[in-house]
Amino acid sequence: MYPSRFGYESPKTVEEAVALLDAHAGEAKVLAGGQSLVPMMRLRFAAPEMIVDINGIEGLRYHRVEKDGSIRIGALCRHEDLEADDAVAKAVPTIAAAAPLVADPIVRTRGTFVGSVCHADPQGDWAATMTALGGHIVAQGPKGKRDIPIADFVIGPFQNTLAFNEIAVEAVIPAPKGVRVGNYLKLERRVGDFATASVAVSLDMVGDTVADAGIALAGVGGRTINANAEASALIGKKLTAENIASVAAAVAAAAEPRTDHRGSADYKRQIVKTFVERILLGLLNSSQKAA
Amino acid sequence: MTSLYDEVQAAPGEGVPTRRVTIKVNGDDRTVDVEPRLLLAHLLRQGLKLTGTHTGCDTSNCGACTILFDGRPIKSCTMLAVQADGHSLETVEGLASASELHPIQEGFKEEHGLHCGFCTPGMMLAAKALLDKNDNPTEDEVRWALSGNLCRCTGYQNIVKSVLWAAEKMRAEAK
Repeated sequence: MYPSRFGYESPKTVEEAVALLDAHAGEAKVLAGGQSLVPMMRLRFAAPEMIVDINGIEGLRYHRVEKDGSIRIGALCRHEDLEADDAVAKAVPTIAAAAPLVADPIVRTRGTFVGSVCHADPQGDWAATMTALGGHIVAQGPKGKRDIPIADFVIGPFQNTLAFNEIAVEAVIPAPKGVRVGNYLKLERRVGDFATASVAVSLDMVGDTVADAGIALAGVGGRTINANAEASALIGKKLTAENIASVAAAVAAAAEPRTDHRGSADYKRQIVKTFVERILLGLLNSSQKAA
Repeated sequence: MTSLYDEVQAAPGEGVPTRRVTIKVNGDDRTVDVEPRLLLAHLLRQGLKLTGTHTGCDTSNCGACTILFDGRPIKSCTMLAVQADGHSLETVEGLASASELHPIQEGFKEEHGLHCGFCTPGMMLAAKALLDKNDNPTEDEVRWALSGNLCRCTGYQNIVKSVLWAAEKMRAEAK
């Protein structure tokens, strides 16, 4: 299979790329890693008239842990760049845990973090991870840059709030309030399959008190499930077996799974509960060991 | 010079735009005119007649079309041929020299790492990407590195053994 016919440009600057998007008024698509876009074009789910390939733009393949612990991820940062970086593992353990679980190792050499967030697949690992962590997407358009908080960016299945003439040039994960801990668990039938259920958890700890908490889910709804409201029950408290169990139950209730060949809705909800508990109990145990 | 848009569709309309690209393939510069929608796997197979790169699934799942792009493994069915302009590719045809098999190929021969052989080129290039970075992988690391490549015959056991065999031989040769 091959895509329907399209024009192709490979600009050298973000400004040129934005001008191309602007000139093609909604009929152009940005090509970064291409690991979702190219399959969709090949299956003709997508048929853009113009492809704006940003791979030739210098300076977009980076990820930086800043002094305050925030992370900036450029539009061409590949999944594998985040996979083997100790600085990332230390600053944002949830990203380090999710990186090796995205798609398969060969897709990870091309696919990008920012592209995956933009794609907003309800199964997407990065949209869920970023929803749990908070932060924002930096969008660049004809009038310059603006920040879009992640909760206002991924608004539904395959829907983001970029304007047609904007490019997501950077993702920013905010600095932790204290020490950031977290984990990502994903149940999949085989590598590269869509997840049966995935859970992203990130906590900021001051001593043994939770200063901030985020939880988000993938694969258990028609969109990325934001369970930060349920997670917020932990803020200001110490982790205990009791509050962990109650948050896990609340998050499982917030999931919107559907019965399919990967399992029944009840089964998937049970997996969510188990994963939330497993992650939080793991964090509790390792903090007790450290103390 | 090869013109390739006619490979994509039997009768392309008048004035279908093409782009001239120069790609280093197994060490040789190749210049071709391609229609932007041509996939890299199709350029290799139909345009450059390098049919060792297989297309198995057409859905970016199977990894049979894996090649090395600037040294890193990619699925060549999930990249446009125009994106390879100015880049360096290695396909299975680049592994062996005129007289000798590559140790990875020898490994697949010695350890019976294939039945039908359809997935084998992709397996070998994914293995090469691993061994280029890690000359002494554990069995787990081999399985992890090959987890994007599907085989429907072997059950993977002998493929893993083949890669470990190759790693040992390459370490011995490097001494």
